[in-house]
Amino acid sequence: MFISNCIDILNKYGSSLMLGVRTTLVVALTGTVLGLLLGLFVGGFRAVKLDFTASPASHFLKGFFDVIANIYITVFRGTPMMVQAVFIYYALLDIIHWDKLPAAIFVISINTGAYMAEIIRSGIQAVDPGQTEAARSLGMSNSQTMFSVVIPQAIKNAFPAIGNEFIVNIKDSSVLMIISITELMFQAKSIAGSTFHFTETYFIEALIYLILTSIASLILNTIEKRMNTTVRLSLPSSETDNITVNYLSKKEEK
Amino acid sequence: MSEPIVEIKDIHKHYGSLEVLKGVDFSVNEGEVICLVGRSGSGKSTLLRCINLLEKPDGGIIKVFGQDILHIKNINSYRAQVGMCFQQFNLFNNMNVLENCVKPQLKVLKISKAEATEKALKFLDKVGMKKFASADVRTISGGQKQRVAIARALCMNPKLMLFDEPTSALDPEMVGEVLTIMKELANEGLTMIIVTHEMNFARDVSDRVVFMDQGRIEEEGTPKKLFNNPESERTAAFLKASINK
Repeated sequence: MFISNCIDILNKYGSSLMLGVRTTLVVALTGTVLGLLLGLFVGGFRAVKLDFTASPASHFLKGFFDVIANIYITVFRGTPMMVQAVFIYYALLDIIHWDKLPAAIFVISINTGAYMAEIIRSGIQAVDPGQTEAARSLGMSNSQTMFSVVIPQAIKNAFPAIGNEFIVNIKDSSVLMIISITELMFQAKSIAGSTFHFTETYFIEALIYLILTSIASLILNTIEKRMNTTVRLSLPSSETDNITVNYLSKKEEK
Repeated sequence: MSEPIVEIKDIHKHYGSLEVLKGVDFSVNEGEVICLVGRSGSGKSTLLRCINLLEKPDGGIIKVFGQDILHIKNINSYRAQVGMCFQQFNLFNNMNVLENCVKPQLKVLKISKAEATEKALKFLDKVGMKKFASADVRTISGGQKQRVAIARALCMNPKLMLFDEPTSALDPEMVGEVLTIMKELANEGLTMIIVTHEMNFARDVSDRVVFMDQGRIEEEGTPKKLFNNPESERTAAFLKASINK
C-alpha cells in the first residue's frame, strides 16, 4: 500500500519534484557561493589589523566597518532564516518589485555570508602569523597580504566548514517555501495537499534530500582530498647538489 | 665618513610590564655587516624587528636612510627597501618557490610578470635554488627554504637586509649552505644586520659585533676586539660560554 502509493506519486508528480530539486539546488549553490564571497570580504576585512602609521581616517573607517560587520553577523545568525525571508521579501517588495527566486537567493546569500564570515575568520586565525609578517616585511599592504597570502590558506583550512554550509543550505533552503518559491519542500507540500498521501509524499521528499546531501558530501570529500594531496616536486634531471629532498610522505604526515 | 644609514637613539620597548629594550643607541653605516649577539631574551630580535616596524618602539628615534621611520607615511614602500629573513623562513605556503619570489614583486614593485620572473630566477640561481623553482615549498628542506627566503628578499632590491636567527631552526648540516650565501652577500657590500648564535660566522664575516644583554648594548666593536679583548665581564662570560659550546 505504502510503496504503491509512493510509486504512484513518483509517476504522477515526478516532474514537479524534479523542478523542486532544481530550484533547491540553484538556491543552495548560488547562496553558498555568494555567501562565501560575502564572508570572504567581511571576514577578511574584519581580520585586518591596521598599522600604527595608518591615518586617523582609516582607523575610523575600520572601526565603523567592524561595528557594521558585527551588527550584520549578530542579526543574521541570531534570527531564523524563515523570518528573514518573509521580512526582507515583503519589506523590499514595494520598493524594488522583485521576483521570489531572486529574493530567496538574496536572503540565503546574506544569511550564509554571516556564517561564512565567522568561518573565514577562524580559518584566518589558523594561518601562521609568520606568513603575514613575511608579506608585510616585503612591503605588501594589509589588504594585499590578506587577499594574496592569508585568505587562500584560510580557505583551505576552512574548506570542511565551508562545504558543510553547502549541505546545510540544501536542507535549510526548505524554509524559503514561506515565500512560495518552487523548491522541494514547497513542491512536496503541494503534492501532499492534492493527493492526501502525506506520509508517502514527505517520505519521498526526505529521501530526495538525503540523496542530494549524500552526493554533495561525496563531491566535497573528493575536492578536499585533492586539495590535500601534496604537489609532487619535479626533480631536476641532473642532481648536482648533494641536498636531500624531503618529500611529504604519508608516513611523515602521521 | 658618510652618514649612517641606520641611526637608533634611545629606543625603549615594553611588553606589558616586561621591559625588553631599555634605551638602545645603535647605528649602522652603509656596507657594514653587523652581528647582534647575546642571550635569549636580551632584546636583539626585538631591536631588529623595530627596524622594519614589525614592532613599534615605545620611545626613541629610529632613522633609516635619513628618514624618521616612526612617523613615516608610506610604511610599505619603506619596508620594501628593507629585506628580512626569519628564523622560521615564512615562505608563503600557498605558492611554489618561484611564485614566492614573483608575487611580492608584482604587488609591491608593480613591474611586469616577465621582468619579475627573470629577476626571481636570477636570485634563485644565485642561492642555488633555480632548479627547484616549480617545487612546492612544503617539500624542500629547511636550508633550502631559508635560501629561497633570501632570494625572495633580494628580489625587492633591498638596501638593507635584516636576518633574525636565520640558521637557528636548521639541522646542523644545513647551517653551512645558508651561511655561505650570507657571506657572499656580505662580500658584495650589502648592508646587513644579523641576529645570530653562530659565533664563528660572527667572527669571520662581520665588521662589527654588538653584544646585547638585558635590553641594553653591553659592548660593541670589531670581532677581533670583542672576541679577544672584551672590556665587559659579561661579554667575556657570554662569549666564553658560547664558543666552548
